Amino acid sequence: MSKARALFDRELVNLRDNILYLGSMVETAIEGAVQALKEQDVDLARQVIAGDAEINSRRYDIEEQCVRLIATQQPAAGDLRAIIAAIHIVTELERMADHASGVAELGVRLAGQPHLKPLIDVPRMAKIDQEMIRASLDAYFKRDPDLALETAKRDAEIDGLNDQVYRELLTYMLSDPRTITRATYLLWVTHNLERIADRATNICERVVYMCTGRMEELNF
Amino acid sequence: MSKIETRNLRFYYDDLEALHGISMHTEERRITALIGPSGCGKSTFLRCFNRMNDTISGTRVEGQVLLDGQDIYAPGVDVVELRRRVGMVFQRPNPFPQSIYDNVAFGPRVLGLARGGALDALVEKSLRAAALWDEVADKLDSPAIDLSAGEQQRLCIARVLAVQPEVILMDEPCSALDPADTLRIEDLMRELRKQYTIVIVTHNMQQAARVSDYTGFFWLGELVEYDETGQIFTRPAQALTEDYITGRMG
Repeated sequence: MSKARALFDRELVNLRDNILYLGSMVETAIEGAVQALKEQDVDLARQVIAGDAEINSRRYDIEEQCVRLIATQQPAAGDLRAIIAAIHIVTELERMADHASGVAELGVRLAGQPHLKPLIDVPRMAKIDQEMIRASLDAYFKRDPDLALETAKRDAEIDGLNDQVYRELLTYMLSDPRTITRATYLLWVTHNLERIADRATNICERVVYMCTGRMEELNF
Repeated sequence: MSKIETRNLRFYYDDLEALHGISMHTEERRITALIGPSGCGKSTFLRCFNRMNDTISGTRVEGQVLLDGQDIYAPGVDVVELRRRVGMVFQRPNPFPQSIYDNVAFGPRVLGLARGGALDALVEKSLRAAALWDEVADKLDSPAIDLSAGEQQRLCIARVLAVQPEVILMDEPCSALDPADTLRIEDLMRELRKQYTIVIVTHNMQQAARVSDYTGFFWLGELVEYDETGQIFTRPAQALTEDYITGRMG
């Protein structure tokens, strides 16, 4: 690689590292939100909510970094696509953190009330979300469109779990109207987790675009 | 519609083959940019379009260059007429040591295209088309050399336009200009494109991206890739093109 673009290459590596770090923050937020919900830990839930500001701020920093790179380096082709993809990816990550924060808020609301049932599917959904985020960013890091495609397919697992929880909670509400509030909150929780997977799929779409120049929806 | 087409064009400086069988066409009333590192053959290729290379001894051409389907290297072709139809603007503005008016009137006078009032009208029309009229209308008799570099380059464009060409070749036309003059020339090119076919050689990748409709990437005397400019700068098909336009080589 020529020295002419050594600075640019360093900047691109730095951009990538910042995105991966943001991704790890989002994963932590999801994990914390669901743990707080499960263990009725209001302090942890509030920590997750408070941490969202830091994620927002980092997202804007990364966007700013992208704008600066476009203005100063006039990237083309693969470099340009990587930077445009980065702008979209950080937006998705930031919105995922909003969903995590939403789950944490529901955790605060549900705290002190007995669980309708042991939370099994919700942590499973959160785990798949985290795995999808990690894999989608891994695909970004490795510039691997096949990995992005495989990861996007996992959205179907989340959709399946979401439907399952929905049906289950509906039966609770029908059999005992006193559960409606708690069940509704849990539906909102799973909706947030389902949206996180959609956004991870969007990241996969951006990775495919970055690698191939093809813009396509990955609905499986 | 294709204006200029090359078929298996090979060019030699003595025994050195500088172009290795280039087949390409430029669209009429479109801007085609030729990019590539120094020595890749892009300027040599450009100069084949109006036989400017004929003036260099020891050179020869194989293959065909077709202008509106006619081979410009065929025996009996009038090279003066060819260069009227295919004008050229060079890297550095090269006005004649004459007045602004005489610079523009030079070609039409030599070719007997116009005289008297008709010549005045042609000079004005050419200067207007080159976006220079407003700046020089009241000083047509002043020496062209007193104009700024950007104005001189637009004067050279007006000089080309005055002989009513069909194609304008530009060999690094902005390399001696500051950013404001460069953008003015680029605006002018977009305007001229409505009437003329333009082929530009440029080292400035952003200029090729900004101004051209099609881009051809040359490397070691080969045309590596030729496509719509948007495609070349966002999704080039060849890894070599990608490496060049992203600065990984060249």
